[in-house]
Amino acid sequence: MCPPATDSTVTGGTAPALELRGIDKRFGTVHANRGISLSVARGSVHGLIGENGAGKSTLMNIVYGFHQPDVGEILVGGRRVHIAAPHDAIAAGIGMVHQHFMLVENFTVLENVVLGVEQGAVLARSLAHARGELEKLARDYGLDVPLDTVVSELPVGVQQRVEILKALYRRAEILILDEPTAVLTPQEADALFKMLGRLRAEGKAVILVTHKLREIMAVTDRVTVMRQGAVVGEVATRDTSPRELAEKMVGRAVLLRVEKAPAKPGEPLLAVRDLEVRDRLGVARVKGVSFDLRAGEIVGVAGVSGNGQSELLEALAGIRAPARGAITLGGHDLVAQNFGPRERRRLGLAHVPEDRLRMGVVTKFSAEDNAILGYQDRADYQRGPLLNRASIRADCEKKMTAHDVRPALPLLRISAFSGGNQQKLVLAREIDCDPQVLLIGQPTRGVDIGAIEFIHKKLVALRDAGKALLIVSVELEEILGLADRILVMNNGEIVGELARADANEEKIGLMMAGVKEAHA
Amino acid sequence: MSAPRKLPRWAELGLLPLVNLLAALILSGVVVKILGESPWAACKLMLAGSLGTQDGIGYTLYYATNFMFTGLAVAVAYHAGLFNIGGEGQAYIGGLGSGLVALWLGDRAPFAVVLPCAILGSASFGAAWAFIPAWLQARRGSHIVITTIMFNFIGAALMTYLLVNVLIKPGQQSPETREFGAGAFMPLASDVLAKVGITFAATPLNFAFVLALLAAVLVWVLVWRTRWGYAIRVAGQNQSAAVYAGISPPRIIVQAMLLSGALAGCLGLNELLGAQHRILIDCPGGAGFVGIAVALMGRNHPVGIFLAAVLFGALAQGGSQLSFDMPKINRDMVVVIQGLVILFCGALENMFRVPLAAMLSPFAKKQKPAA
Amino acid sequence: METYTLIVLTLAATIRVATPLLLAALAGMFSERSGVVDLGLEGKMLGAAFASAAVSAVTGSAWAGLGAGVAAAVVLALLIAFATITHRGDQVVAAVAINIMVAGLGPTLALAWFNIGGQTPQLDLPGQRFLALVWPWEHVAREHPFPGLLYAELLSGHNLVVYFAAALVPFSAWVLYRTRFGLRLRAVGENPLAVDTAGISVAGLRYQAVVISGMLCGVAGTYLSTAASAGFTRDMTAGKGYLALAALIFGKWKPYPTLGACLLFAFTDALAVRLQGTPLPIVGVIPVQFILALPYVLTVLLLAGFVGKAVAPAAIGVPYSKEK
Repeated sequence: MCPPATDSTVTGGTAPALELRGIDKRFGTVHANRGISLSVARGSVHGLIGENGAGKSTLMNIVYGFHQPDVGEILVGGRRVHIAAPHDAIAAGIGMVHQHFMLVENFTVLENVVLGVEQGAVLARSLAHARGELEKLARDYGLDVPLDTVVSELPVGVQQRVEILKALYRRAEILILDEPTAVLTPQEADALFKMLGRLRAEGKAVILVTHKLREIMAVTDRVTVMRQGAVVGEVATRDTSPRELAEKMVGRAVLLRVEKAPAKPGEPLLAVRDLEVRDRLGVARVKGVSFDLRAGEIVGVAGVSGNGQSELLEALAGIRAPARGAITLGGHDLVAQNFGPRERRRLGLAHVPEDRLRMGVVTKFSAEDNAILGYQDRADYQRGPLLNRASIRADCEKKMTAHDVRPALPLLRISAFSGGNQQKLVLAREIDCDPQVLLIGQPTRGVDIGAIEFIHKKLVALRDAGKALLIVSVELEEILGLADRILVMNNGEIVGELARADANEEKIGLMMAGVKEAHA
Repeated sequence: MSAPRKLPRWAELGLLPLVNLLAALILSGVVVKILGESPWAACKLMLAGSLGTQDGIGYTLYYATNFMFTGLAVAVAYHAGLFNIGGEGQAYIGGLGSGLVALWLGDRAPFAVVLPCAILGSASFGAAWAFIPAWLQARRGSHIVITTIMFNFIGAALMTYLLVNVLIKPGQQSPETREFGAGAFMPLASDVLAKVGITFAATPLNFAFVLALLAAVLVWVLVWRTRWGYAIRVAGQNQSAAVYAGISPPRIIVQAMLLSGALAGCLGLNELLGAQHRILIDCPGGAGFVGIAVALMGRNHPVGIFLAAVLFGALAQGGSQLSFDMPKINRDMVVVIQGLVILFCGALENMFRVPLAAMLSPFAKKQKPAA
Repeated sequence: METYTLIVLTLAATIRVATPLLLAALAGMFSERSGVVDLGLEGKMLGAAFASAAVSAVTGSAWAGLGAGVAAAVVLALLIAFATITHRGDQVVAAVAINIMVAGLGPTLALAWFNIGGQTPQLDLPGQRFLALVWPWEHVAREHPFPGLLYAELLSGHNLVVYFAAALVPFSAWVLYRTRFGLRLRAVGENPLAVDTAGISVAGLRYQAVVISGMLCGVAGTYLSTAASAGFTRDMTAGKGYLALAALIFGKWKPYPTLGACLLFAFTDALAVRLQGTPLPIVGVIPVQFILALPYVLTVLLLAGFVGKAVAPAAIGVPYSKEK
């Protein structure tokens, strides 16, 4: 579309590595990117920060050729480029490490690196060439990976290195990392940041997409803040503060703390003893976990995602059968008696699942059909052998009003609601039968700020009403804000327990990395 | 590549299937043209032959009865998230069930006794043939599309064996059983109507048509108005959500497939008890596959399935009319049209969605983005 | 000696039956390895069988027939690709549509063009069919049945397509595991998103794979109507496409095991023909239908995990879309 010669007067030496001018993109009625301009210098790490849904991913997907901008242009090294597909982005020297790795799981590292940049139709030569090149790159950047191992056998941290190697092997000058630390411990993240420093020193341009302020402050040179599809600020990192960035992200002063009185824990309502959960391959994911959950307290489970928290939550909810151990609730051993989700709900155990869209709702169903999910057997929803549509609808309307779900239309498809409103409806559904114990996974994932405050207040109110709450979250800030007691999980074990008063981010971070309390 | 755009409900359920159908018919017309006949004349012949006379209507609804059973079978499985491509085999084995009951009771019991037993026979045999693939999918993760195909062949082999070696009427060449006793004959529409003073042409249209309509109502109530149907739809949409809601997907898979197989099995009531009055080779005659087209075309809803079944019945009947009157066309032309309808209503359903959405969007009211 | 001859003849029949199965199964392998379910083998084969017989009857050239057969199957393959790749339609539905449509179209066109019922004219002129090639000294070998009969019946005496199919197995293995195309093909069937981000067109790769499948189905169909028999008849594939699919699954989507599965299935078929009504020791007469159903039963058992385990390409059956 645009011949690359138009801006040829600009010399490569001083031009920014990547420049975006007036990028605008709509998806139907959603205005995902509004006239975004951005400039990233060579030899710098540029942070791109914003809430979920602020448009960061859309913007990066445009740069990488997954989407086409409606308006706007992209310049690489001062030259206008047309990026119609990832192929063009790679040719322009742009590499991207996606949040979910783009690796073929049953291929070796070497095959994954070569895929798409083979030399010639026969493989052997390409593989030999890549092997030499990769060994050199590994030395230069300290990116050690076993080249002949099948990717699915590698830990996530190593898989991420494979992704970076892939980009470097393609001679990327601009490297985009999308939420790279979501799967890493704070310590692994630090190692990654050191590596990014080395890339910066080599003169590469690094774009770090994240919603974590700590990372921005730790490694970036400049930071661009996005909100609702638009750039709302760009500053040198040393001239700003986390609070200022947070306010820019959200658009107003943020309540970083949840207002709550000290907890008054009562009787233990849920007791977990020596719980072991195995995955389908027989690998233990939760290893001998024991704890009590008392009335009137919020217990937070912290950990890098993938360390057994999800499996713990699902075992407690009756979705996964544990290999051994006991879960006691209201005088019943849920494991020994083989109680499923249905029986557990009847005993007063409610569950807001971690991944709402995967488990908490049926996206193609209406709001009212989703408002009975898991409670479809309740007597007041039945009329003889049939479902009582009228009472289901009235009940849904009631929940929507009580929990400020907007729009309050029971017949609207759940997928037409925003994440926050979906989550409010799920929460309304789960607390409707007055449960004594509430399991909540990622209470505010994909939820807008307004709804976050609402949900947090609601959870504290439930605690104050004497319920027992277990919250699993990968957002350390959320755990620190809500929990009265914190359990830290690493590799399937509870490696530490802290009262809120004794906890801070650093302590928890070390525990998340597997350093036991005693050595901390 | 733009994403499939959302259509308003009326267009999604009404306009889009019609446009797809039209495209399939136009292409069928092109084929007729290639064959050297006039598409327009062929169209008129088919319409007249299927819906223009009492005779035609009778045959059309008789065929439609088969297609309703198999179409409902596909739809029930669909709502549970399963593609039951084994309707043909289930109908075949279900036919065996109803046929055995008819052979056994037809001579010694009145119709009022035979009917419930025959329904039970066809439904249980059809369900049994669906059970194994269902159980394998539910418990062992075997892909149900492949296993039901395999079971079509296994069923056909079994039936050939039974008809050739076991059930064949002694002293006869062609592999069929003896004729059922009169107690196992479905009342014909012409006879029933005659009793109330209406003359209707003598066609194979029989009481099974009413049973198929009842089955459609039953499916509607079960799927959309009961807890069990709710559980089926949850499990069909999202297995994780089902487990979370205390619904066991394996159990749902088996239950839904049992119902699906039972519905397909009921084809024997129409085909064998209603028309053939004996068990014979290949009695479903492809109706199991037409059921896929019917379910697709009817959007897996009983009302849609009824309309689509009548359409396909009309095609089948009109097609045989066509082969009488146009020497260059035989009944296989109907199969071509069926294939094209599946292609356009099923596989290519997205093709017209985007342009239609674009055409309709000026009329759609502006939607506010959800807050 | 009698038993020996019988065994050799049964094995020779096995090879002849296995050929179209193998061609179709390898066709399916390319398609399914790219992530596109290939239930349309049956229809593509049948379409090719009709086209090749029709063209061969008209032109008098089996080679022209082959060209037409391949072209017809490729057109059908492209139709499936257009529906499932371009418009992201359901792959199973598209295949079922093609299978049904072709089952009707062949006899319809045959009737209109040749007017002898739903079939094509007998191909009995020289050149209209692919005939068995007799290898040198074949008759000399026959005089020394052991091992001469092996040479005469198993190596010699097949038509060109049989040898082509045999050569195709190592070639397919080489393409799949040793070439750039093979690497990309295997990748796109496992993780199309990874292939897309690597800068390779997912749609392009899948189109290529589906067209290859069409070409091989074309050869398979041509074999049926112009080599194994002398003309097209209604439903002449008789489920061979599905049987080939079963063989592909049985062979775990790999070339050599798929060859093994095809030979096994073909052997049961050849055996069924031989054993028709012949009592066996201990078991007595086995009904031929049971032997014919054996491949399907075996495949079900395999899928159920009772005999080995078949792991399909991870992304199979899922239309690719970036938007999710």
